[in-house]
Amino acid sequence: MSARSGLERTLLGGKFAVTAEIGPPKSASAESVRRHAHEMKGSADAFNLTDNQTAMSRMSSIACAAVLIQEGLEPVVQMTCRDRNRIAMQSDILGASALGVRNVLCISGDHQTFGNMKEAKNVYDVDSVQELMILRKMRDEGRLWSGDELETAPELFLGAAANPFADPFEFRVTRLAKKVKAGADFIQTQSIYDMDRFERWMALVRARGLHEKVHILAGVMPLKSHKVALYMKNKVAGMMVPDTVVERLKSAKDAKEEGIRLCVEQIEHLRTIEGVKGVHIMAMAWEEKVPEIVKRAGLRP
Amino acid sequence: MIIGEQKRLEEISGMLDGHRGILIAGCRSCVAICLAGGEKEVAVMAESLRLISSLRGKGWEIEEAMVERQCEKEWVAELRPRIEGKDCVLSLACGVGAQTVQAMYPRVRVLPGLNTSNMGAPEESGIFVEKCGGCGDCVLHLTGGICPIARCAKSLLNGPCGGSQGGKCEVSPDTPCAWEEIYHSLESLGRLDLLEEPIPPKSWLPARDGGPRRIVRKEAVLTEEQKRLKGGKA
Repeated sequence: MSARSGLERTLLGGKFAVTAEIGPPKSASAESVRRHAHEMKGSADAFNLTDNQTAMSRMSSIACAAVLIQEGLEPVVQMTCRDRNRIAMQSDILGASALGVRNVLCISGDHQTFGNMKEAKNVYDVDSVQELMILRKMRDEGRLWSGDELETAPELFLGAAANPFADPFEFRVTRLAKKVKAGADFIQTQSIYDMDRFERWMALVRARGLHEKVHILAGVMPLKSHKVALYMKNKVAGMMVPDTVVERLKSAKDAKEEGIRLCVEQIEHLRTIEGVKGVHIMAMAWEEKVPEIVKRAGLRP
Repeated sequence: MIIGEQKRLEEISGMLDGHRGILIAGCRSCVAICLAGGEKEVAVMAESLRLISSLRGKGWEIEEAMVERQCEKEWVAELRPRIEGKDCVLSLACGVGAQTVQAMYPRVRVLPGLNTSNMGAPEESGIFVEKCGGCGDCVLHLTGGICPIARCAKSLLNGPCGGSQGGKCEVSPDTPCAWEEIYHSLESLGRLDLLEEPIPPKSWLPARDGGPRRIVRKEAVLTEEQKRLKGGKA
């Protein structure tokens, strides 16, 4: 099978993949995206552009992806089901493809009540599993969901999210299987801090043979301080941060350095888990640290 | 049943400004059960508004009336003598009731005293919970008798999303995760197999998205002849 994106090529080649996240700016200028691109170039195989993360309007992920492509980086466009119906979704995929986007991550998206426009109406015409079905049909059959034929089908490497820290735990692997059935080629997980739970989840993933059907990239997020850790633990939906992590950062002389060290250790551990094909680094508002993390973890020069 | 709750008194008072002859019309159906527009609530509303009127010199003349079901013309017709001489009706029924009254008495302004919220049920004394999304294409047979359209904040058909933790929805710690409930319901029914297959995109055509809905039961529709025989009554 020929690779549809650089990320897929890396994964098919058996190389441990690295993806990293870039947060689009609350700005009409893409200057910060270009800056991040220069800082991070070469440190990952592809770069996720979040889609109005935490339900706040930011520069469109597709527009940011186009900027990344201009700068010679490969984007992963995140597309939530919160803000678009199936009509807009397919139209945006055609547009993104025309701009050179190949990797798309299908996600349901944070509920709008997390954001700063809580009074907004959400869409949720389809969910993330159905989004995968629609995009796979566009790619594999060259047709819109309606059945209409596309003159040119999009070439897509389809991603989905998985959260081993959400409940019900036993069902999380079934839901992953559902996403694979619906068309997911790769998975990026929620940030991992509770390594025991992640290991248990991976064991269930392997028991169903899913690690051979989908490329799993384990999510990590470096923490700047114990306050950030507490925020993640208490305020962010679907996160699980053990007290040992909070304590380690609290008692560290240099919390930032400790946060980076912890992240590097996590990556080293994750590499040893059977079925983990790469890492996804979410250095929120700390993007400039990604090259250092990747280097110290020995993933890239 | 339809669940509603009263608007704030200040808002109602604002709507009534400039009116004089006011009839407060309650409903003995759903909104009586959810303690928003039954006989007692109508009496309390009337007293509150009389107090506001005398304190602020509004000059409101307030009367009270109860309708068995404000959504049905036959019952609303009985209001006719009570509405005569009034220039406004404050409906404490759901939005359906208020519209029925307005349609039958086009010369009188009908004001909504309630905010109509949802199709739900009493959970326990004093607590009313949304149950049905009215999507026009029921999926309860696939979801263990729990409606994901109404009860999942994202109306997911392949939930739960990554925000479900400890049985709670990411939106609020007071909201149970519908998909956690669906999972456990199907588990106790021995039908977890129903969660293995992706449910494809839903048609929202029978839902509100297909435009205002109208259901016709042909066998019950009267012919012109039958309507004439009925005597042109409302």
